[in-house]
Amino acid sequence: MPHLSPSGLSLPSPSRRSLLRGIGGAAVLGAGIPLLSACGGSGSASDPKTVTLGSKASDPVPKKAFADIYAAYKKKTGITVDVNTKDSNTFQEQINSYLQGTPDDVFTWFAGYRMQFFAAKGLATPIDDVWKTIAGNFPEAMQKLAKGEDGKYYFVPLYTYPWAIFYRKSVFKEKGYEVPTKWDDFVALCKQMKKDGLVPIAFGDKDAWPALGTFDQINFRQNGYDFHVELMAGKASWTDAKVRKAFDLWAEILPYHQEGAVGRTWQDAAQTLASKKAGMYLLGTFVAQQFTNKADLDDLDFFAFPEIDPAYGQDTVEAPTDGFMMSKSPKNKAEAVKLLEYLGTPDAEDIYLKSDPSVVHASTKADTSSYTPIQKKAYDMIAGAKSLTQFMDRDSRPDFTSTVMQPALQKFIRDPKGVDSLLSSIERQKKTIFASG
Amino acid sequence: MTTDITKENPEAAAVPPPGAAPAENGPKKVPQGHKRLLTRRDRITLGFMAGVPTILHIALVWVTALASIALAFTTWDGIGFDSIKWVGLQNFKELFTNNPQFWPAVEHNVIWFVVLIVIPTPLGLFLAVQLDKKIRFSRVYQTAFFLPVVLSMAVIGFVWQLIYNPDTGLINSIIGANEPGKYIDWIGDPDLNLWAILVAASWRHTGYMMILYLAGLKGVDPSLREASALDGANEWQTFKNVIFPTLRPTNTVVLVVTIIEALRCFDLVFVFNKGAEGTELLSILVTNNIIGESSRIGYGSAIAVVLLLISLVVIIPYLVATFRKERRA
Repeated sequence: MPHLSPSGLSLPSPSRRSLLRGIGGAAVLGAGIPLLSACGGSGSASDPKTVTLGSKASDPVPKKAFADIYAAYKKKTGITVDVNTKDSNTFQEQINSYLQGTPDDVFTWFAGYRMQFFAAKGLATPIDDVWKTIAGNFPEAMQKLAKGEDGKYYFVPLYTYPWAIFYRKSVFKEKGYEVPTKWDDFVALCKQMKKDGLVPIAFGDKDAWPALGTFDQINFRQNGYDFHVELMAGKASWTDAKVRKAFDLWAEILPYHQEGAVGRTWQDAAQTLASKKAGMYLLGTFVAQQFTNKADLDDLDFFAFPEIDPAYGQDTVEAPTDGFMMSKSPKNKAEAVKLLEYLGTPDAEDIYLKSDPSVVHASTKADTSSYTPIQKKAYDMIAGAKSLTQFMDRDSRPDFTSTVMQPALQKFIRDPKGVDSLLSSIERQKKTIFASG
Repeated sequence: MTTDITKENPEAAAVPPPGAAPAENGPKKVPQGHKRLLTRRDRITLGFMAGVPTILHIALVWVTALASIALAFTTWDGIGFDSIKWVGLQNFKELFTNNPQFWPAVEHNVIWFVVLIVIPTPLGLFLAVQLDKKIRFSRVYQTAFFLPVVLSMAVIGFVWQLIYNPDTGLINSIIGANEPGKYIDWIGDPDLNLWAILVAASWRHTGYMMILYLAGLKGVDPSLREASALDGANEWQTFKNVIFPTLRPTNTVVLVVTIIEALRCFDLVFVFNKGAEGTELLSILVTNNIIGESSRIGYGSAIAVVLLLISLVVIIPYLVATFRKERRA
């Protein structure tokens, strides 16, 4: 390399362009060499005292919370967990190639279809032996979530959090509002809030996923868990009258949502709730992250999405769950199994929650004494649920939700009248995507 | 990727014409001397310098481009090569008939091009003419106008997104449109957002055009100006009849650059609102379909192929014209 540029320079009167080209080529080479070497070099011999773990927890709070677990594990067993953290969005986008290449022994992932997809593709190792030890720690609904389509276990849940409607206790008290449990009460409350000069429902759908959550709630309240699952799995039709009914209900409350939602991030929408300009907000408990003031945070409360069809009541809770999986051919399988067994204990969950109190334990055996009132309520809500859903983009094919549902729902929010053509367009695109295997 | 690289080539090929003639004659005579001077080592060096880029070029441009054309006729989720399934023209059929975002995306790419040609290009030319007059602080102005070009598109998108934010953004705060009932949703409203982004894109493109034209103007022979001044032409007549016609090579470059900008526009919009309704672009559709967990690589490739075909329709006439001119010269 080094002799290239000098000789390039020594050519008599090289034109400026050829010189630049030479430099450009050298730069490409320089950039290419580390890239190429990075491809081959990482396969170091496995150390029996080390388990590698790929993590998407790149935000400071979860990153530290996870690191605490691994530190405690090392103290307990002497086994080092070698963590390879990537930016969480990048991790999700590259998961395909990551799992096909030389993945770490254990990796962080989501429950639901997103887990089953990779299990079905043979990119994860079944961990039934792990579950022999940890099954007692988890409620029935969690056990169901940890299984692949083949009935084997592939996933160890760590924490979870529910979606619900958030509100300020002080605002409800001051105006004399009652928490609605039925749809009609809910609509009446929205009307009243609007009359009182509040934005009834804060809403920000710039990131395109929050609207998926609103649809989930209305759909499983109106049509029940089983239909919701069929719809997400691509089996039920989007042109079904039941789906149309869910959209009609949504259109009924849409006028009470914050205007200009497609241009607003969820963080900004949460600020309107924090500043008491909005009355309610449907989101996951992570909305609490936007309440930086302790007094505001203590004033925050939530209730389950109101009942629509009495046959289903409020029996379903949307509770996305995060946890761990084992890659297809771990280098240190024996230790990876042991690590997963540890991660499935209430102890590991306790350590995590100490640093990240915006979520709750996935296990029913964990210590809930240090919970904030919100955590306590969230925990009870999940524990009392008959069925748990994950969230549309975790319960259905990610390619379907991101390329079809997200733009479609943004369109619906802006123009609820065009719902019929929208639904038939969704159904047509769904057929192609789900047919592609 | 392909558009990026094609972007480099026409520019590199296109920039020289103004001063190219003398430069080309020069080296042409020198080579005979060169051949004798080349030692074995020089030849190996040259071989490397030509060979390595060629291999990289073939591997990174041609192989990938051809592979993505082939993939456009398949479905593939990106997991294992055995899951590639041949589906013929189905991806294209699906794209043309069923994808609600495809035709708007094509339309927006076209609007993007037209707006860039109609607004920032004349503006850039105007600025260049003014700056060419040897006014004081010319360098300062040049730097100021060129600064947006130096900034990365992602940064520009981020900055303008702050300006347009419906609740806390500069514009809505100043005109008081951030109250319920008076909202102007610059980012989400499909009737507004494309134009809002185009303001940002034009802001940047003006500086780019200014530099290109300024370079062109520096190459205009001063004796032409003198001659037309002697003939009694006023400033506008001089510009219209003498200066502008001599800028023809620059205009070609400007046209090609602008077309390429319109086809490759992506980062600005992606940062701004991820290509929500109203701002769909072909490049964003490609990304949304290919990047991600269970990627639709075949389908995304089909969109990329459409983009490639559009680029070719634009670039081939230009290349033909350039080669013809070179042969004449």
